[in-house]
Amino acid sequence: MDQSPKPAESGLIPDSSGQEFDFGHRAGRRWGERVIAGMLFLCGLVSILTTVGIVAVLVTESIGFFREVPILEFLTGTRWSPLFADQHFGILPLLNGTLLIAFGAMLIALPVGLTSAIYLSEYASLNVRGVIKPLLEILAGIPTVVYGYFALTFVTPIIRTVFPGTGIFNAASGAIVVGIMIIPMVASLSEDALNAVPQALREAAYGLGATKFEVSTKVVVPAALSGVVASFILAISRAIGETMAVTLAAGATPKMTLSFLESIQTMTAYIVQISLGETPHGTLEYSTIFAVGLVLFLITLGMNFLSQKVTRRFREVYE
Amino acid sequence: MMTDSKLVRVAGAALVLLLPLAACGEGGDAAEDSYALSGMVTIDGSSTVFPISEAMAEEFQIANSGVRVTVGISGTGGGFKKFCGGETDISDASRPIKESEIELCRENGIEPIKLPVAWDGLTVVRNPANDWATCMTVDELRRVWQPGSSITRWNQVRPEWPDEEIKLYGPDTDSGTFDYFTEAIVGEEDASRDDYTASADDNVLVVGVEGDRGSLGYFGFAYYEESSDVLGAVAVDNGDGCVLPGRETIENGSYAPLSRPMFIYTKAQALAKPQVRAFLKFYLDNATIFVPEVGYVPLASQQYAEHLGTLNAN
Amino acid sequence: MSSERFKPNNRRRRRAGTIFKTVCLVSIAFSILSLALLLFDVVRDGAGWLSIDLLTHYPSRFPERAGIKSAILGTLWMMGLTAAVSFPIGVGAAIYLEEYAPKNWLTRILQTNIANLAGVPSIVYGILGLAIFVRYFALGRSVIAGALTLALLILPVIIIASQEAIKAVPGSLRQASYGVGATKWQTIRHHIFPVALPGILTGTILSLSRAIGETAPLIMIGALTFIAFPPKSPMDPFTVLPIQIFNWTAKPQKEFHELAAAAIIVLLVLLLVMNAAAIFLRNRYQKRI
Repeated sequence: MDQSPKPAESGLIPDSSGQEFDFGHRAGRRWGERVIAGMLFLCGLVSILTTVGIVAVLVTESIGFFREVPILEFLTGTRWSPLFADQHFGILPLLNGTLLIAFGAMLIALPVGLTSAIYLSEYASLNVRGVIKPLLEILAGIPTVVYGYFALTFVTPIIRTVFPGTGIFNAASGAIVVGIMIIPMVASLSEDALNAVPQALREAAYGLGATKFEVSTKVVVPAALSGVVASFILAISRAIGETMAVTLAAGATPKMTLSFLESIQTMTAYIVQISLGETPHGTLEYSTIFAVGLVLFLITLGMNFLSQKVTRRFREVYE
Repeated sequence: MMTDSKLVRVAGAALVLLLPLAACGEGGDAAEDSYALSGMVTIDGSSTVFPISEAMAEEFQIANSGVRVTVGISGTGGGFKKFCGGETDISDASRPIKESEIELCRENGIEPIKLPVAWDGLTVVRNPANDWATCMTVDELRRVWQPGSSITRWNQVRPEWPDEEIKLYGPDTDSGTFDYFTEAIVGEEDASRDDYTASADDNVLVVGVEGDRGSLGYFGFAYYEESSDVLGAVAVDNGDGCVLPGRETIENGSYAPLSRPMFIYTKAQALAKPQVRAFLKFYLDNATIFVPEVGYVPLASQQYAEHLGTLNAN
Repeated sequence: MSSERFKPNNRRRRRAGTIFKTVCLVSIAFSILSLALLLFDVVRDGAGWLSIDLLTHYPSRFPERAGIKSAILGTLWMMGLTAAVSFPIGVGAAIYLEEYAPKNWLTRILQTNIANLAGVPSIVYGILGLAIFVRYFALGRSVIAGALTLALLILPVIIIASQEAIKAVPGSLRQASYGVGATKWQTIRHHIFPVALPGILTGTILSLSRAIGETAPLIMIGALTFIAFPPKSPMDPFTVLPIQIFNWTAKPQKEFHELAAAAIIVLLVLLLVMNAAAIFLRNRYQKRI
């Protein structure tokens, strides 16, 4: 039997929400459609404008910087003292600080995140997953300034008890806290990758007599490897971009060091330091914000591209 | 009849739109006094002077709820750049304005008006567990802080002192305290080594010195006073024996060479605003109360009255 | 046959499995323990300072008198303005990408671009906001400059979440609508949008809750140290909860640390409410289709 609504004499048809709309006015509708399509396109354009804006701002202001400071000195110099009378503009100390923190954070986040993901994907029952996943989401949702507080008031005293002589500002505190912050990211992205592996692969391995451990580590993880590696790269990128926890806990002394017990300064913490003091617009010191910001942007952009490429290149395609 | 989706839409819209309106409820206060002051007073500059200006701003706003006062800590140098650029009404300064800064102001048609507000005894601080460096000579301080200094351990300052690392904390180069200390101790303004923890935020310095046994730092007396239970002061020997900073020694100048006056600067354009004028009057009238409360040494009351006269003349 | 070469090693393999499972459990426990320690630390330090006074006082140089009134109001203002800007643009962009955009290279670039923007550090957005909104558009250190910056920050996330919600609308609904002669926009407005709305709102609320916790971009826009009044217009200077927390945490006095902890508790409660609302929406409306 024909259930579809029949147009009434007036040409009005009720829609799914119970309203009636006018069925006629073809030409007016088409013009209206165009306008709306145009507006929506502009909305989409905002994101392009954002990227263009970021690149334009960073590059044009950095040009002013690089006119005064040779690029080679910037990229290879090991002293960073733009605010002092004896100015040095070598970014390596800041890069050192950033990478030190990222490395330390990864030591924590990658193993913990991956094993958590394996557990959630392969071992945990639905009930357990229902409890643990929200907890991880809470961990991810805590603002970074709270992690900074935690680092300064809880983690640092513990480190100083275990390693006396550690400075009150130290890289270890920042690295630990950033690592904890990133665990949920690694866990959830890796878990997605592990879940995408078809059950058939697992069944086949079980069929051959493998234990759960062997299936997880020798079959599932390698199958999901592209996704797992991509998640690692994104996590490192996130650690590099982290700001508040390191500003509060890791210090404000740019230096070249491999010691976690010393105070260092990351690129992000430097940018915050300059903004807090608000060096005036137009000076060389002000333009260091943009030069350092440019390096930061290029690094994280590069890592994001890399993770996308890894996902595409090594993805094993299942039907 | 409202369908579920419509309900969601309305709820979502309400959430988004009502939030700022809720904040608008604040507008009620200012409407109470019909002739009350209103408007903004923008203050920026020295982090050393900041505690005084903060106290003044807080108390003034309690008495005059229609006025909004903001206080920043861009440093004495940074504050002057903004002041001369027309962005602020009052500039906090822990050193007098420089010639070059006056010129910058005049280029923009601004004539700075100087108002001394307090005495500071720039304090050299050590960790409380540091029981050896209780007194240092100006010369020793200079050797530690001068540009290119290679002193990294205490026994390089005085051989009988322990072989421990010195961790240095101090203000950054936008700071008037930095300018003053380098001039008074190193002998040349802005001449300093650059491998120390530099921060515009004196709180960071306090935390740093408090935390490390071998640390040494310097900042305004108020910040030491506030944390004197967790910090130690280094007495300075300017040739006449060790002098600790304190109310009397700062006032009579025997704490040398680190006793110094602190200023706020304003301009005619700012004084044209009634709320700025009222704020400055409040500042000078109440200095004898709040300056010591904050930890600095006030000027004599007649001096404040004189400055009030300067204010009224402009 | 090959029984000499193949050793099942069952016991060793099972033991390896148990060890591995324990390692995994330890990892999970580590995460949960960290969360518990963090919350414990914050609550222990801050609970003593929670009071009506905290919510109704402005910041002060005296810890006993200090409160987060200006910070909370600033946060609410920021949230409202950011939502007002990012919601229409984000949903509009998502609708465009899902319904209008042709499947060509330009669209692919747009899509990749959005994914990349989601991974840019928040401080770079702060630099962008400083240069464009504060300086170039001369908005100064105002709430609106901060809101516009945060809107750009969360826009990619809103777009992605909205796209997912729109994708989830069954094709049959679209076909039915076109089948009775509706235009594209009519279809979207009356059929697709209402059905996708819960998912869109969930994504928006989650993005906003991320925006509320952001500190770095707002510090770059202009965190004045002492703000003892609420914003009365979008052009006013401001402070927000995370910045107030940051200021107090950086002070040496223990009382200010405890105040910071109390402010953190307020912030976390706010985030909890928002996330609960988002999850409630998601669960309540998920079964509809």
